[in-house]
Amino acid sequence: MKVSRRLLTTSVIALALILIVSTPPPAVAESVLRVVMHSDLKIVDPIWTTAYIARNHGYMVYDTLFAMDAKGDIKPQMVDKYEVSKDELTYTLTLRDGLAWHDGKPVTTDDCVASIKRWAAKDSMGQKMMGFVKDFQVVNPKTFKLLLKEPTGLVLGALGKPSSNVPFMMPKRVAETDPNTQIADFTGSGPFIFKKDEWKTGDKAVYVKNPQYKPRSEPPSGLAGGKVVKVDRVEWKAIPDHQTAINALLAGEVDMLESPPHDLYPVLKQDSNVRLFNGNPLGNQYTFRFNVLSKPFDNAKVRQAVLYAFNQEDFLKGVIGDPTYYKPCKSFYPCGSPLFTTKGLEGLLESSFEKSKALLKEAGYDGTPIVLMHSTDLAVLNNLAPVAKNLLEKGGFKVDMHSMDWQTLVARRAKKDPPAAGGWHAFLTSWVAADILNPVMMGFMNASCDKAMFGWPCDKEIESLRDQFARETNPAKLKSIAEAVQVRETQYPTHIPLGQWYGAFALRKNVTGVLEAPVTVFWNVEKK
Amino acid sequence: MLGYIGRRLLATIPVMAVVALVVFLMLRLTTGDPAAIIAGDNATSQDVAAIRAKLGLDRPIAQQFVIWTARVLRGDFGESFFFKKPVATLIAERIEPTLALATCTIVLAVAMAVPLGVVAAWKRGTWLDRAVMGFSVLGFSIPVFVIGYLLIYLFAIELAWLPVQGYQRFREGFGGFIERLILPSFTLAVIYVALIARITRASVLEVLGADHVRTARAKGLGDAAVLTRHVLRNAAVPIITVIGIGVALLIGGVVVTESVYAIPGLGRLTVDAVLARAYPTVQAVILLFSAVYVLINLLVDLTYTVLDPRIRY
Repeated sequence: MKVSRRLLTTSVIALALILIVSTPPPAVAESVLRVVMHSDLKIVDPIWTTAYIARNHGYMVYDTLFAMDAKGDIKPQMVDKYEVSKDELTYTLTLRDGLAWHDGKPVTTDDCVASIKRWAAKDSMGQKMMGFVKDFQVVNPKTFKLLLKEPTGLVLGALGKPSSNVPFMMPKRVAETDPNTQIADFTGSGPFIFKKDEWKTGDKAVYVKNPQYKPRSEPPSGLAGGKVVKVDRVEWKAIPDHQTAINALLAGEVDMLESPPHDLYPVLKQDSNVRLFNGNPLGNQYTFRFNVLSKPFDNAKVRQAVLYAFNQEDFLKGVIGDPTYYKPCKSFYPCGSPLFTTKGLEGLLESSFEKSKALLKEAGYDGTPIVLMHSTDLAVLNNLAPVAKNLLEKGGFKVDMHSMDWQTLVARRAKKDPPAAGGWHAFLTSWVAADILNPVMMGFMNASCDKAMFGWPCDKEIESLRDQFARETNPAKLKSIAEAVQVRETQYPTHIPLGQWYGAFALRKNVTGVLEAPVTVFWNVEKK
Repeated sequence: MLGYIGRRLLATIPVMAVVALVVFLMLRLTTGDPAAIIAGDNATSQDVAAIRAKLGLDRPIAQQFVIWTARVLRGDFGESFFFKKPVATLIAERIEPTLALATCTIVLAVAMAVPLGVVAAWKRGTWLDRAVMGFSVLGFSIPVFVIGYLLIYLFAIELAWLPVQGYQRFREGFGGFIERLILPSFTLAVIYVALIARITRASVLEVLGADHVRTARAKGLGDAAVLTRHVLRNAAVPIITVIGIGVALLIGGVVVTESVYAIPGLGRLTVDAVLARAYPTVQAVILLFSAVYVLINLLVDLTYTVLDPRIRY
């Protein structure tokens, strides 16, 4: 009995010692913002991939020469001042004072030129811009010139492009990495420093405040203005299960969810410690994409029939449900953006099934089933294909819907094989509005045949208009060219816009200062 | 005995080779393209092709297999397509949470199930027996994720006793480590408690009717001594077998539990890698799981000799 008691006492003391030794001392209080992003951070090179999570990572770590403000205007960011020569062939850019990389070395124009070159090798708008660039001329470590072959209105828009791929500035040694190889050095000059040693895939990515960062003096606006960091540390927690993420928010284990699913908003609204906030007023656009290589969609008339068969409301109701979070928008350009127009779309997208059937008859549609790819694992896309199938069938099409996970769809859409041999006719997806603000930026409007995105539309007229858009510098003329592209899109549809939808961040009430911007950013955010 | 162990270990080589070949082929024959996933939604076909070439995925499958096999034989599982890290490092980072979860679950399951099974057999036909068997049926019937959400709702949201999610490494503090393991372990243990308790009950019932138990009772031994010394030891072989199977089945169970509780373990790594078509990672993880499976079976077989001296290899 004595032995047992002694053993018990010794065990309790040993356990207590283990607990004391293994529990770290309380750290100095620092404000830590814990966020569940829309995806786990897997790739940390925002130029190598167009994945949105890598783009968001880019905004934490890197800075940009220009940035888009809340009104959609492009404003200098790393650039202090810029001048455009009278002949519009020379852009002279001067960097702000005090810009430094996370390792303390100054940001130089050599770094910027190398970064622009790497970005432009991957980004379609960058490639378009480089088509106009004759040369870069480094004047001194703070000033460089872009020398153009001919005038273009693309330069500022491209360098201030808000979404993937964003022209982030990297040190020259990093920017000289082959664009098709992922970078291994994560030194940036942005408002946060990436803690590579604390990055655990499937667990968390950690960013700490960059103490050297010198924000602009202007107030923050969209992605532009002063990037003032008000928390010491931001942790992106990887919680793949939506319900668990919401439970973690309700329990106060995390402070913010970037994209909770719409069907769980009622649960969040019931909690008095949580609020929903739409941080991206431009939202997103649902899109139906054609593969023009395969019959019957090689015939523009058949594709026009789809424009008659569809209506946007059915798609938006079917997926989002709550009208607070969607808006029918009969425009290829987002509602609320400068180029928004309904021109050419009058009478279309109204589910005029008789007109659709008449067009199919005129086009000689032989009843070939449309192989429609249906993504089943992403809540914001899942119901789109069944709605499309229903409307297409009512409009006179035969439809063969193939269900698959998104990643399988991503691989299959790259195939040019006939639909019966593993190819496809159509699929539905969603674009962040910031990616489709104009005809050059909008990937699905690229109609350059083999060089176009999957679906491979091939139309000289669209390409000629996009080229005119790239060359034009007058805002009024830009608008009329954008309208002309849209009108042409109704004659030669490359894709169909299916309306706009909005998501909301779910925030603990002690989190304030989240900015309205096309990308989720964490400067200006406070945790009280 | 050592000869037997050596032979069994040698026999794992062809097993692993077949697993390697099947996994390699299945992954390549499954639709999906890691290059397209890496490139992202806005990438062009040219971008995807360039990345595919960079990763060596444009080579013939046979050539890819030869390259991979040669590397594996040298102990190199390659580099993750996505994470810019060697696959071995990635796996090493994820082993601790899975190992901790599996160990806690098995300890918890055995500690609960064996006494329950013994009591159910000892009190056969009573309300206690029926209650244990009723719980057992429930344990089999309710999906792991439902149990997980119910426990989270009760103990993390309503009572706020335990955290909802996450994992804390042992070296970061024992309190946080164990606190975060309680709910996932209970969640995962339910099905194993059901399984082990049923087998224990059946096995104990069989031994309870044996001659040596009657003799032990006739000698005047108490219930506790009869159960522990004469019944349980003789009923142990099937129980150990089912615990062994349970450990192997845990590999599947941790996938769901790690997702529900956001634990960055091997289960989550496998799911993420499969969804992303991260070939080197999936291949390495499946090889590891196969090796664990084979070794557990060997361990179970060796345990028989300890429990029953009549068994010899």
